[in-house]
Amino acid sequence: MTEITEVPSPFCGIGTDDLTVRVDGVALKVIENGCAVNTPAFEQAITDTSPRVDGKEVSLDVAIAVAAVLLKDTRLPVIGGCATDVNGMRGLLALADRSGAVVDNMNFTGARNNFLALQDSGWMNTTLAEVKNRCDLLLVVGTDLEAFAPRFFERYLWNKEAMFLDDTNHREVIYLGKSPSGDASTSPIGQKAQFFECVTESLPEVIAVLRALVKRQPIRATSVCGIAVADLQTIADKLAAAKYGVVTWAAGALAYAQAELTVQTLSEMIKDINDKNTRCSGLPLGGKEGDQTANQVCGWTTGYPARIRFSRGYPEYDPFLNDTNLLLTNGEADALVWVQAFNVNAVPPVTALPTIVVGRSGMTFAKEPKVFIPVGTPGIDHAGHAYRMDNVVAIRLKKLRDSGLPSTAQVLNAIKQAL
Amino acid sequence: MLIKLTGGTVYDPASGVDGQQQDIYIQDGRIVKKPAEAIQVDKEYDLKGKVVMSGAIDMHTHIGGGKVNIARTLLPEDHRHDPVQRTDITRSGCGHATPSTFVTGYRYAEMGYTTGFEPAILPINALQAHMEMADIPILDKGGYVMLGSDDYLLRLLAAKKDQKAINDYVAWTMQSAKAIGVKVVNPGGINAFKFNQRKLDLDEQNSHYGVTPRDILRVLATAVKEIGVPHPLHVHGCNLGVPGNMQTTLDTIQGIGGLPMHLTHIQFHSYGTEGDFKFSSGAAQIAEAINKNKNITIDVGQILFGQTVTASGDSMRQHANHKYASPNKWMTMDIECDAGCGVVPFKYKDKNFVNALQWAIGLETFLLVDDPWRIFLTTDHPNGAPFTSYPHLIRLLMDRSFRNDVLSTIHTEAQKMTTLASIEREYTLQEIAIMTRAGAAKLIGLKDRGGLSAGNWADITVYTNNVDRQLMFEKPDFVFKDGQLVVIDGKVVSTKWGTTHTVKPDFDAQVEKGLKDYFDRYLTMKLGNFKISDDEITEDGRGSITVHPLTGDVA
Repeated sequence: MTEITEVPSPFCGIGTDDLTVRVDGVALKVIENGCAVNTPAFEQAITDTSPRVDGKEVSLDVAIAVAAVLLKDTRLPVIGGCATDVNGMRGLLALADRSGAVVDNMNFTGARNNFLALQDSGWMNTTLAEVKNRCDLLLVVGTDLEAFAPRFFERYLWNKEAMFLDDTNHREVIYLGKSPSGDASTSPIGQKAQFFECVTESLPEVIAVLRALVKRQPIRATSVCGIAVADLQTIADKLAAAKYGVVTWAAGALAYAQAELTVQTLSEMIKDINDKNTRCSGLPLGGKEGDQTANQVCGWTTGYPARIRFSRGYPEYDPFLNDTNLLLTNGEADALVWVQAFNVNAVPPVTALPTIVVGRSGMTFAKEPKVFIPVGTPGIDHAGHAYRMDNVVAIRLKKLRDSGLPSTAQVLNAIKQAL
Repeated sequence: MLIKLTGGTVYDPASGVDGQQQDIYIQDGRIVKKPAEAIQVDKEYDLKGKVVMSGAIDMHTHIGGGKVNIARTLLPEDHRHDPVQRTDITRSGCGHATPSTFVTGYRYAEMGYTTGFEPAILPINALQAHMEMADIPILDKGGYVMLGSDDYLLRLLAAKKDQKAINDYVAWTMQSAKAIGVKVVNPGGINAFKFNQRKLDLDEQNSHYGVTPRDILRVLATAVKEIGVPHPLHVHGCNLGVPGNMQTTLDTIQGIGGLPMHLTHIQFHSYGTEGDFKFSSGAAQIAEAINKNKNITIDVGQILFGQTVTASGDSMRQHANHKYASPNKWMTMDIECDAGCGVVPFKYKDKNFVNALQWAIGLETFLLVDDPWRIFLTTDHPNGAPFTSYPHLIRLLMDRSFRNDVLSTIHTEAQKMTTLASIEREYTLQEIAIMTRAGAAKLIGLKDRGGLSAGNWADITVYTNNVDRQLMFEKPDFVFKDGQLVVIDGKVVSTKWGTTHTVKPDFDAQVEKGLKDYFDRYLTMKLGNFKISDDEITEDGRGSITVHPLTGDVA
């Protein structure tokens, strides 16, 4: 039995790297600095260690050979999930390039809200250490931040010391849209966040009015979607008065059509504030289960984020048409490869198409896939790299135990070799 | 395997060979002396009439790291114009302004380049830079780690810590980030922008720390020299792009007090305020200062007309320049109490007065600086133009009549504001070889690279002589990387993986005491998780690390 300290997590997206994990054989227990997201993800037990074809246990070589034969005869295979580490994504993209596949990260429909805004007008963003040391006002839009990342407040807002704030207890937190599920946003001395609630679908209107107020446009209405315009004016004034305001949102939480316009309005509002003689930055939340990793590696390998196809021999990006679910339902795809090394609950969509799953050991299926190859989890079973939510920082994941499970990269490289 | 390159006309400034006919022998990846007659040559290439140089080295090119990948992500429409098909030996990808990593490697090699250095590696983002560069085939690579706006250094300066403390921190950072040089971008300015300062002159104080860019340049240049890093401090100065910044640049040269200093993309820092448009060329004054101050080296950062994207660590200046974004989208980022970045697409137009004059200023600089060992051919890829435009740039430098033909097509007011038409100089092949090979290897301190004498690694490019220098440099007959034939007739025929060039300056291990405390209190990562280990570069079986000697080391 050993205890490993300073363990980084690929699960929560905010780059916690202070976990202490007790390793007993292949059983893990988080004994320090766990949270509702990280602890179960680390402690998930290994079940399968042997690959299966048609539900029967086979050797890894046989499973790889069957997967290669299956892929060889396809016209448009879709590689979905795309939840793995940097080396896993490298292997995945090499296989996709070789087999003319679609590559689609499972969180892309949410992330698309950010990419479309970035690719249309851009933004001014910041990262977690800047938040930790500079942020004097945090505006949380449409997101239950502490459910998303339970330790966000503890690590990045209520840190005891900040380089550029006299007292972190007095940072202001304002929620717009969804209210939080707990009270992590209350400062250690009891200063509470402010809440301005509306239904998520009303955010486009609310944010549009907030931006207009930031730009000092006259607003004749006195309330918008249940929020008093006077309250929005207060938020606008606070953003203008803050030295280093930060606006945060989770793109996936803005679950309504054309939510990219909300991200764009927020991002343009942040630019406006920076033209009013103060600083303000955006902080898009994400980084879970390899979504930033997928977009980063796909970005440097192809030029595009992770919703592309190689069917014409070169990468083509379409943030709408290359959606796994769309390609499965409209009959364009003829095989599914599901890659998910982090989360046993993120199972492939049910489809009649032949399916290969390269998945975390412990995954169970409503419908047994043609091929299932259990793989190790980056940061538990093998070393690797994963990106944090703020896109700049890649964390070095550690190997914590000897499970004998292959890595995603090993499996996908072997399938490519066998093609 | 013994390879013989027979009878080529060799330009090897590193050993003083200027256009002589020579045979070159390659064995086990290196150039070797002529072997004994008895030893059989396995493969011979007849290079009579061909021009032979070592593989070219791009000493300043943004090919890896966060801002490059943001630039890629920002411009899908640019990639769509330049899709690159996979082949049996090469991967697919995209080209133009910010090519995908694989295409970056292929296209550099196809122009005869075998090495490139990423000049702006943020310590916190160094891992990403190395991971991206690990996916660049064929090329060797390396990078300069960015300091000067990081709060740790500014705290050391504000606390009046001694030079030794700075030296230890710089050396530690270089080792952590696996760097071969140190870069400073808008010294202290990226940091000042986070405190809402919108400009920072050479002697202007950071509002929080009271430290000036001049202070930062002096301590960093001193540190680089004292810890024995061969590459001088690599400086992207204050006031990039601001009319009148020529004076800042001249003051920067004076202010460094004779210490070695490399001023990068100096074209963007050579502007006067004369004329109707209050924008003029400062190239003559800058070149005079370079010629006089032997401690200074420069690269040009030539702009060439067309669409590109600017990706810089200089968030302060990028934010100020966003109003010129074309297409109109841009981003900036404050990063981890470490640095920042800004990405702004640009379309340089020959009929735009400022752009036309920028083009002329770059060329004037090339032609007015006397010593080709102290000036380097760059476009600051992709900021002035994509690296694929180098053959065109070489033609502009080597062919006066071509240069003047192009000059006659640019904005007429800009033509009146440049002395370019009267400059007769044409670069020679030897001078091109110095700027792009021997000089670059010397400047960075690369052992056994950039030359063709025995003992060098066999990075070799073979061209067909052609009066149209653009055609000549676009399409080498052969390129060898570490002795492996990788390009024939300007097309990749095989691929391999290059090494990562680094230096490992010593530091007092005590430096980690202060750093650990700082990381635990203020940063978001444990110190132990921040340092990049060797196996992160080598564990996939493709990468390797080459450690070059420090100044004063016995080779």
